[in-house]
Amino acid sequence: MIDVLDAVKTYGSVRVVDGVRLTLPAGGLTSIVGPNGAGKSTLLSLIARLLEMDGGQVLVDGLDVTSTRSDVLATRIAALRQENHLTSRLTVRDLVTFGRYPHSKGRTTPEDLEHVARALEFLDLEPLADRFLDEMSGGQRQRAFVAMVLCQDTDVVLLDEPLNNLDPRHAVAMMERLRAAVDELGKTVVLVVHDINVAAHYSDHIVAMCDGAVMVEGSPREVIRPEVLSSVYGLPVEVHEIAGRPHATYFPPGRPSVTFSIA
Amino acid sequence: MIGLGVGLLLAAIAFMTVGAKGSWDFVLPFRGTKLLAMTLVGVAVAVSTVMFQTVTDNRILTPSIMGFDALYLLLQTFLVFTIGSARLAAVDGGVRFGGEVAVMVTFGVMLYRWLLIGARRSVHVLVLAGIVLGVLFRSLSSFMQRLIDPNEFQVLQDAMFASFNSFDRSLVWPAAGLLAVAVSVAWGLRRRLDVLLLGRERATSLGVDYRRTVGLVLVVVAVLVSVSTALVGPIMFFGLLVANLAYRIAGSHRHAVVMPAAALLGVLALVAGQTVLERVFAFDTALAVIIEFLGGIVFLALLVRGEKR
Ligand SMILES: Nc1ncnc2c1ncn2[C@@H]1O[C@H](COP(=O)(O)OP(=O)(O)OP(=O)(O)O)[C@@H](O)[C@H]1O
Ligand SMILES: [Mg+2]
Repeated sequence: MIDVLDAVKTYGSVRVVDGVRLTLPAGGLTSIVGPNGAGKSTLLSLIARLLEMDGGQVLVDGLDVTSTRSDVLATRIAALRQENHLTSRLTVRDLVTFGRYPHSKGRTTPEDLEHVARALEFLDLEPLADRFLDEMSGGQRQRAFVAMVLCQDTDVVLLDEPLNNLDPRHAVAMMERLRAAVDELGKTVVLVVHDINVAAHYSDHIVAMCDGAVMVEGSPREVIRPEVLSSVYGLPVEVHEIAGRPHATYFPPGRPSVTFSIA
Repeated sequence: MIGLGVGLLLAAIAFMTVGAKGSWDFVLPFRGTKLLAMTLVGVAVAVSTVMFQTVTDNRILTPSIMGFDALYLLLQTFLVFTIGSARLAAVDGGVRFGGEVAVMVTFGVMLYRWLLIGARRSVHVLVLAGIVLGVLFRSLSSFMQRLIDPNEFQVLQDAMFASFNSFDRSLVWPAAGLLAVAVSVAWGLRRRLDVLLLGRERATSLGVDYRRTVGLVLVVVAVLVSVSTALVGPIMFFGLLVANLAYRIAGSHRHAVVMPAAALLGVLALVAGQTVLERVFAFDTALAVIIEFLGGIVFLALLVRGEKR
């Protein structure tokens, strides 16, 4: 269970998270959607205590994230960041093993190795396990970072754009796996996604943010509506029913084909 | 690692024995103290650089590039300036050294905590800040030196230039004690340092208390820098050289491997270099110059290759 109580984050005079109030029930998959710069990543970082709040409070399972010890929180919340740059040269296996740190404190046990092996398998990384991260493709690297987060084996998992760089097969596989984690293991998963239809298809709950505030939240049916999405993104969005589910399309219809000529 | 150890052993034996004239009763303790001093400096510079680079998440900045040792020299000058060398000389060397280290830890940690933990800054800004701080500390020192008695200036001048030949022998044992404590704290931090390699946010996410850990690392670094600067004076690029070599040859990211490898390399470079220069070529202060030259080239190469973040 995650309670965000009037969270505020300011940079200079700009309130990039402006008094957000949210309650996300335990054991569900929530998607946060919204335009670039809406404050989605900032909100996720506040929940994961990676940024200091300038006001308000966040409770995870009743624990205040600013006052609870970091190592205690690390066994309850895991977070994937949007950006995945590393200075040092690590292999995929090294990175994923770091996910066990909250439990092992660096003394890796056979049980930890099992978790690592499982995470590598889930994300289809076994053949790449001993490759260096800086020698892999963007999507492969993204999967390695997600594997590390899942390896942390926490009840609450926050993922900032986990589908970045993934091909459709791996994107679907990851969403299926997250859905299974919610349904079978009772995990609480919160993710930021830009693909509205992925959000519509897999989420229990969708939060639409705009300018640092929550604009709408609700079930996919409540949020995936033309008038809601059009105002969130400032773009005409149509919603069609496909196989009994809402499906958004946002390409201008009847676009003439463009030809370029070089003079 | 074993190769390094063996190399170091050979270099140490060569250093102790080659070209010895006169009584062994004199030569062994004399050279032994010098060997110990070089070991202390090698370990202190190597370990402090590796730790510092880990917490700043880059491979270019070192405590000396950031002006740590210039700060230590400023402190020394300030003491001579305010108290006077005669009265200072009356204080036991160990006690004085302890006091200097304590002040260094207080000021250094405050300053660098503010610089490193406060806002997120790019490496380039940090390099610039370090150079400016270094220049500031050095100019303040030399300003005070102008004001003091020429006789007192003599005392300081020794401290301002790196030399492996003229060091204060009374400081070797207190320095060894401090180094032992600092290095064991560093060893205790090795697993947390590994996690810090992932950067501030990921380390926090994995439950490492970033502020506390970086604060502790800076205390250890300040002590180590004090040890090496007090013994031989400031050496700007030596740490950069051994740390980057250690990353290459260690074959692991783990500090349990990298820190000992860097320490071995550091001591090996000093002992072997000093043996060759002193015994074979009969040069005197050239070692510091050569190390600075090589280290400076590595620094430029790293900057040019943009291996910053
Ligand atoms: N370190 C910072 N300093 C100043 N402003 C910042 C900083 N980090 C983020 N911002 C600003 O805060 C706002 C919210 O950023 P945030 O990263 O949360 O957006 P987002 O919703 O995740 O966007 P995206 O979809 O592009 O990832 C943006 O306007 C951004 O410019
Ligand atoms: Mg974002």
